[in-house]
Amino acid sequence: MKHKVSVVINGKQREDEVEPRLLLVHYIRDVAGLTGTHIGCDTSQCGACTVLLDGKAIKSCTMFAVQADGHEIRTIEGLAAPDGTLHPIQQAFWDEHGLQCGYCTPGFIMAAAYLLDQNPNPTEEEIRKGLEGNLCRCTGYVNIVKAVQSAARKMAGTTAVGATGE
Amino acid sequence: MIPAAFEYARATTVQEASDLLRRYGEEAKVLAGGHSLIPLMRLRLAQPSALVDINPVRELDYVVLEDGRLRVGALTRHVEIQRNPTIRQNLPILAEVADEVGDNQVRNLGTIGGVIAHADSAGDYPTIAVMLDAEVVTNKRRFAARDFFQGLFTTPLEPDEVVCEVVFPVARGPHRYVKFRRRLFDWAIVAAGAQRLDDGSWRIGLTNCGPTAVRCHTVEQALAQGASPEEAAEHASDGLEPSGDLRASPEYKKHLARVLTKRAILQAQ
Amino acid sequence: MAITTMVGARIHRREDPRLVRGQGRYTDDFVRPHTLHMAVVRSPYAHARIRSLDTSAARQAPGVVAVLTAADFKPVIAGAMPVAPAFVPEKKQTPERFPIVEKEACFQGEPVAVVVAEDRYQAADAAQLVQVDWEPLPAVMDLEQAMRPGSPTVHEGGPDNIGWDLTFSADADAAFAEAEVVVEQRIYQQRLAPTPMEPRAILAEWNSGDETMTMWMSSQSPHFIRLFVGGALGIPESRFRVIAPDVGGGFGSKISPYPEDYLVPAAAKLLGRPVKWTETRTENLQNATHGRGQYYDLAIAGNRDGKLLGLKVTQYLDIGAYVGTFGAFQACACLLPGAYVWKQVASRTVGVLTNKVPTDPYRGAGRPEATHLVERMVDLFAREIGMDPAEVRRKNFITEFPHTNPFGLVYDSGNYAGALDKALQIAGYEQFRREQEAARAQGRLLGVGLSTWIEICGFGPSAATAPATGGMALTESAQVRVFPTGSVTCYVGTHSHGQGHDTTFAQIVADALGVPYDQVEIRHGDTAEGPSFGYGTYGSRSLAVGGMALLTAAGRVRDKAKKIAAHVLEAAEEDVVFDQGQFYVKGSPERRKSIQEIAFAAYGAGLPEGMELGLEAVAYYDPSNFVWPFGAHICMVEVDRETGDVKILRYVAVDDCGNVINPMIVEGQIHGGVAQGIAQALYEEVVYAEDGTLRTGTMLDYAVPTANEMPPMTLDRTVTPSPTNELGVKGIGEAGTIAASAAVINAVCDALAPLGIRHVDMPASPDRIWKLMQEAKA
Repeated sequence: MKHKVSVVINGKQREDEVEPRLLLVHYIRDVAGLTGTHIGCDTSQCGACTVLLDGKAIKSCTMFAVQADGHEIRTIEGLAAPDGTLHPIQQAFWDEHGLQCGYCTPGFIMAAAYLLDQNPNPTEEEIRKGLEGNLCRCTGYVNIVKAVQSAARKMAGTTAVGATGE
Repeated sequence: MIPAAFEYARATTVQEASDLLRRYGEEAKVLAGGHSLIPLMRLRLAQPSALVDINPVRELDYVVLEDGRLRVGALTRHVEIQRNPTIRQNLPILAEVADEVGDNQVRNLGTIGGVIAHADSAGDYPTIAVMLDAEVVTNKRRFAARDFFQGLFTTPLEPDEVVCEVVFPVARGPHRYVKFRRRLFDWAIVAAGAQRLDDGSWRIGLTNCGPTAVRCHTVEQALAQGASPEEAAEHASDGLEPSGDLRASPEYKKHLARVLTKRAILQAQ
Repeated sequence: MAITTMVGARIHRREDPRLVRGQGRYTDDFVRPHTLHMAVVRSPYAHARIRSLDTSAARQAPGVVAVLTAADFKPVIAGAMPVAPAFVPEKKQTPERFPIVEKEACFQGEPVAVVVAEDRYQAADAAQLVQVDWEPLPAVMDLEQAMRPGSPTVHEGGPDNIGWDLTFSADADAAFAEAEVVVEQRIYQQRLAPTPMEPRAILAEWNSGDETMTMWMSSQSPHFIRLFVGGALGIPESRFRVIAPDVGGGFGSKISPYPEDYLVPAAAKLLGRPVKWTETRTENLQNATHGRGQYYDLAIAGNRDGKLLGLKVTQYLDIGAYVGTFGAFQACACLLPGAYVWKQVASRTVGVLTNKVPTDPYRGAGRPEATHLVERMVDLFAREIGMDPAEVRRKNFITEFPHTNPFGLVYDSGNYAGALDKALQIAGYEQFRREQEAARAQGRLLGVGLSTWIEICGFGPSAATAPATGGMALTESAQVRVFPTGSVTCYVGTHSHGQGHDTTFAQIVADALGVPYDQVEIRHGDTAEGPSFGYGTYGSRSLAVGGMALLTAAGRVRDKAKKIAAHVLEAAEEDVVFDQGQFYVKGSPERRKSIQEIAFAAYGAGLPEGMELGLEAVAYYDPSNFVWPFGAHICMVEVDRETGDVKILRYVAVDDCGNVINPMIVEGQIHGGVAQGIAQALYEEVVYAEDGTLRTGTMLDYAVPTANEMPPMTLDRTVTPSPTNELGVKGIGEAGTIAASAAVINAVCDALAPLGIRHVDMPASPDRIWKLMQEAKA
């Protein structure tokens, strides 16, 4: 039996009928057509599927779409400003060469958005711990950490587009 | 990977959850944070016929201090346990443990009730529950934690029974939970918890050293009899029969049990 | 090259804006109308025979369009999957591999049937319903057992389990006879899973009207795939288009053709609808080729004054159930001599079949293994004679270039001591040695490890690599097209999946043609565009070979433009100067024509008589030699005396890849490479149970490290240009991985020296180290 889900994704309301077992990540990718959210594992380790649910980072491969009913989802596509200006974290990943193949990147950026929302001035150790739920195979994490540090500096004292949109 | 099909129903009260579970029968499962269940379903190692989603059950999401006991609702997320001022004041070791469960994303969804009901011996909360004589309260009964964890993934829960809360004693004294693992977000290879109670006695527990969480009475007794932390911790592996796995042989786990117990006691503050 | 503005600059990657916005386009992101989804039914056994296969229940499941087995694919897929000679031309046996099992499955995960359904959920459901009656056969899992006479065989009826047994140079006895010291050691190289973050994925669409196949896939080498798969399916290259769009990492595991590369397009052709297959991580860990999986029996000989004389190496390599397409590239003999002068080096490689997924190149492919073992042996030798390992290295470094190593390979340039000295200084080696001594007095275990690595890359000179490729030249191709208004599109035969070629290559072309960087477009990964063949990206070859192909093509364009400029400027061609995009006659720079003006002229009337219109060129570049990057890595660790846990305190890498086009990208490559080397040294290992079941089939069990396990890294470089190519460049994609494991393990062994522990195998996990500590105590 299909269930109705009503969600707001990146500020846009949508309603769909879904099978209960439809993973949220498949809903985002295949139903809503937002393919910036990626799938890198089956067991909730890699974090490539990280999105914000009501402002909190979650792994969308470990939640069913039906559970998101009535909630607000923000994906990587919804992070830049409406005029296209990159979010400071996106900009920092670019500036600091925080990505190579780019596959883990949306998940990292969303995890970093949550991290900086909760802790705007993290130490290096706090950044590394805050990103423990995301795996990258290309960068050795060196420039990812740098990018988050740089983003934190830029976001300090600004009221730039909040990570969680709140 | 993709889970097998199941029926899905949302409960908004415990009663409703229990009714739904009864209706769907033995092959139904409760869905809370989903972080143990959904990966198993994706690997098709679990194929429940129905999921009863208790996330909307608001009455299970609370932390209250009452009569010197800390009642933690089953739906309390790890992130809340990490940060909740009542927990941090009255049972700081629990907040410390929550900080070590999974990662940010997992902590945002995972619940204490889910970890307790899953009864994985590598879970962290069961160790604290067992070593501190917590109670597991369901919609039907109350269990001493030591009775609730019957074996690996094995509890006395009946098909229509739902874990509602975990009741911990207050313990504000020196404490430490030392979790040894390869990667920061991994399950413990072995972890040791140490909590000093107001009467000066110690409670010691171990994670992933047997089919269930372990309370180390021998270490506690040795400490009570004036043994040094080093001497007492030597007893941490008494009677342990851990199984080996990819990360550790049984001998190494027993060794870690002793070393980590020592460190937990010495580092307790 | 002329003094330039772009080459050498830290240009931010042009790839990134869309990737950080979530606008990357990876294979699974592509949607074609009426697409079907494929799920693969795989052998649960490492070795078993199919008694019977019943697909009836699966066929009746909701949404299922077809269930296909070997019987369906045999008529449409011709021949066996390819195996390259790969430096081991004479193999004793290369078991024939068809993309889907007909009778006998030889590793866990081998495909036995595919289910094609309307959506991926239905396909997954129906795959569970395919009933296979298996007759389990003995699984050959252990290398040593596999080599014993009378061992069960990996394939029923096979003569034995020896895939190859080849001696590269037989004799080092004279060197050993004169040596004062001989040290022996067995060293293991565990199996690793390359684990790109994007698993493999394929979408194939057959157009029956014009009989064309289009295939999107996550690949490092789309032209190879077109060649192999097109050949097997009987589709000419002219009607077979392979597109490797954004690819989420490869690390060697997306070079060779896989069974699904045949099965997906074949199913699309059989069913007349597009078919998509997206690998799960579990499938990836089980079925994507693994790397390493070797052990070595080693002996090193030298004198007490530190002089090295001889090295004897026998490699036993776990091939898996079939010889990987490029699997024998892991026979690493050519690099065994490392950075040192030897009197003799003797090497033998034995390839052993087992009932596991095949091994194939994984970042470094033979070179990390060679570096690890020579660097470990030099350290063991240094310890035996009581000399500082840095000193032993210095005494034996090759100092004159070009240098011909004992296998006849010619190192193009180097300054090994220069890199080592710089690294020692940055790391504070002497200071650390003092701290180490003090720490040891307190019972703490500190250690420092060196790895003075070298690498052979830039595959490759066709004369040298033809025997390895079966006659195919590993050249590279490029096409440069200058449009009438002066913007430029370049097509390259390499493939970028994280390496930032779009940026680096545009930097090269912008300088070569003097056009604005942002008007140079780099395209790759689509066999329908550009030169007729490309060779792909692996083996740190893209810049040294592909970059040179691009520079050569750009040079041809510039040469023609110069002819046109001479005509327009009414001067002799030899009097025309080209300077940063401007042509002028020597001595009168004020009268100039820009390359944009010349481009416009190239498509207009009034060209010199006999000159064809247009401004574009194709080049195939065949290098004269390999290139030989090198460097010195230093790792400092502390080992927890109680738990055996290793903490990296400091990691310093000084690398030399010749001239640097974009320092930021070079540093990124080293960071990632080092991380994978550290991961091998301390964390990752593919583990099979004795019965052949993979025990590391999820990311829970296969321990790819997080940011918390990786140390900060201090990088620096020396620059010793390569004389092999005009750019003066060498490869850097694999360098970090090649160097790092030896630095880490040498450090761990140094830390454990006071306990009498000589050697630690990888991964140097706490349980392994603790066990060694217990044995040392006993």
